[in-house]
Amino acid sequence: MGFTTDSAPPRAVVPGGGPTAPPAADPLAGLTVVPARHPWRWAAVAAVLVLCAQFAHGLVTNPVWEWEVFLSYVLSETIVEAVGVTLQLVAFATVLGFLLGALLAFMRLSRSPVLRTVAWTYVWIFRSIPMIVQLVFWFNLGALYRELGVGVPFGPVLWSVDSNDLIGTMGAALIGLSLHQAAYAAEIVRGGVLAVDGGQLEAAAALGIPRTRQIRRIVLPQAMRAILPTAGNEVVGLLKGTSVVYVMAIGELFYQVQVVYGRNGRVIPLLMVATAWYVFLTSLLSIAQYYLERRFARGADRTPPPTPLQRVRRFARTLRAAGADPLARDSHGRPGGTP
Amino acid sequence: MNDSVKTPEPQAGQAGAAGARRVMLDVRGVRKSFGALEVLRGVDLSVRAGEVTVVLGPSGSGKSTLLRTINHLEKVDQGWISVDGELVGYRRRGDRLHELKEKDVLRQRTRIGFVFQNFNLFPHLTVLENLIEAPVSALRRPRKDAVAAAERLLGRVGLADKADAYPRQLSGGQQQRVAIARALALEPKVLLFDEPTSALDPELVGEVLDVIKDLARTGTTMVVVTHEIGFAREAADRVVFMDDGVVVEQGPPSEVLDHPRHPRTRAFLSKVL
Ligand SMILES: Nc1ncnc2c1ncn2[C@@H]1O[C@H](COP(=O)(O)OP(=O)(O)OP(=O)(O)O)[C@@H](O)[C@H]1O
Ligand SMILES: [Mg+2]
Repeated sequence: MGFTTDSAPPRAVVPGGGPTAPPAADPLAGLTVVPARHPWRWAAVAAVLVLCAQFAHGLVTNPVWEWEVFLSYVLSETIVEAVGVTLQLVAFATVLGFLLGALLAFMRLSRSPVLRTVAWTYVWIFRSIPMIVQLVFWFNLGALYRELGVGVPFGPVLWSVDSNDLIGTMGAALIGLSLHQAAYAAEIVRGGVLAVDGGQLEAAAALGIPRTRQIRRIVLPQAMRAILPTAGNEVVGLLKGTSVVYVMAIGELFYQVQVVYGRNGRVIPLLMVATAWYVFLTSLLSIAQYYLERRFARGADRTPPPTPLQRVRRFARTLRAAGADPLARDSHGRPGGTP
Repeated sequence: MNDSVKTPEPQAGQAGAAGARRVMLDVRGVRKSFGALEVLRGVDLSVRAGEVTVVLGPSGSGKSTLLRTINHLEKVDQGWISVDGELVGYRRRGDRLHELKEKDVLRQRTRIGFVFQNFNLFPHLTVLENLIEAPVSALRRPRKDAVAAAERLLGRVGLADKADAYPRQLSGGQQQRVAIARALALEPKVLLFDEPTSALDPELVGEVLDVIKDLARTGTTMVVVTHEIGFAREAADRVVFMDDGVVVEQGPPSEVLDHPRHPRTRAFLSKVL
């Protein structure tokens, strides 16, 4: 800490004593704060920046990347269609997986031991089977059950259909992904529900709020705070996980990319096409997750944190203020009181 | 619950005695155990319409459990409870008691307001949404009417300007006043308070007690579990002293608080006064 003034020597002032003007009562008033210096931090920053620059330089100049091939494919019809298939898989598996997962979660939380056991067993089995094994199983369902029918349990069949006609490849993939996802979603939802204070359900019950409404309006919105971060993880995992359905020859992104480079041999740029799309889609999901989390955080904090837009605006304001008055930071950045 | 226990005749007119108001809440021979621990050991209590009953008693004497059995958050093992002549949690057919379905229990609870020690407001809903949730979903009131009623109630507890705040943005005293307004929004026949001020800083206790006293003056039937003896003296029509799962002594505050007959009441009062 540096002294910029000696007009009011601290020891000369007795607090509250004598007829002197009140400003002198704070012996540290008028001192300038000099921030601590961090030379090693700057050295580390420089090293990291040099490494990043080298990597970027390599990306641009190394001919192996074949950026012109990348550019010619990244928005091509085949690839965009394949992205559509991937998105379809993600959307269906997310919706079906979380609906079934929520059902399983409430079964596990129910008072009925039968429902609890069934849900527990489901989660146990579907978490145990690798997704790819399960997908191949569904793909071969026709071998297991040639016909699927509706009828009296253990009695006559009223209606039946060839299982391969009913399910098809895409159907098998969707069922496989959804059932797998449901097992994980069940645990995530259950964790979220358990995180809600028991007094909430009790208050809802004491107010006579109907049971389903208690869950939908009181418990789930609060559980969402605990559910969303993990659920976001799961959906991103699922997005990339859809690439395993290439084993079933479904034209999703990774399968289509392989088809193309199998034909033209341009492996690296086409893998980059897939990478770019996965990164782009994951970014969209992350943004969606951010805003969903904000929405369900309502009421959780006394003052909600600013949105990114508000943060940018605030930053711009500080910059402008600093530009207009170079001393602004000194007078505001000063800690209030003790040395 | 015993099938052999006597229960009130349906719609039994109890306003027989001239001048006496009808019995709004009737608790008869209620017993309740948690495992081997018998927490309520035959409790009798009856509260007339418009009466304020304050329940006192040492920690663990079963006060909270009693309140929770009244709105059927806990089932009784023996005895019965009725609110305005209607059995709580059971329906009588001939000489049998049929346990009510959850749906019917929930309907009964809309007539029994409950204010918790730690408020239990819904933190993700605004104050106004907290107030209209039950009237809209449980009583199927039109939203517009519910909002109008909620705004009136907020004015009554002195929080008209907080309708759009979230509970965590309020002080403890304000939160408890919202919780009281939320219970009132259902226009219950009886209002139960379980230590409504014991989670509050001392300087916030007064504002909550003032709201409850105001309700007392306007003829709301209430049962209040509290350790605030001053409040009991000022607002109670009757003080009930509980110990070890039974009602030891009850009567007007001037008797129970100033001239307790039972030694256990005396011992308790000497500690809290
Ligand atoms: N769900 C429960 N399971 C087991 N024991 C319980 C349960 N609820 C209450 N008890 C026990 O019953 C007894 C009475 O509890 P209760 O909460 O009714 O006391 P209280 O009079 O309200 O006390 P306080 O003044 O401390 O709130 C206590 O010994 C408590 O441990
Ligand atoms: Mg208690």
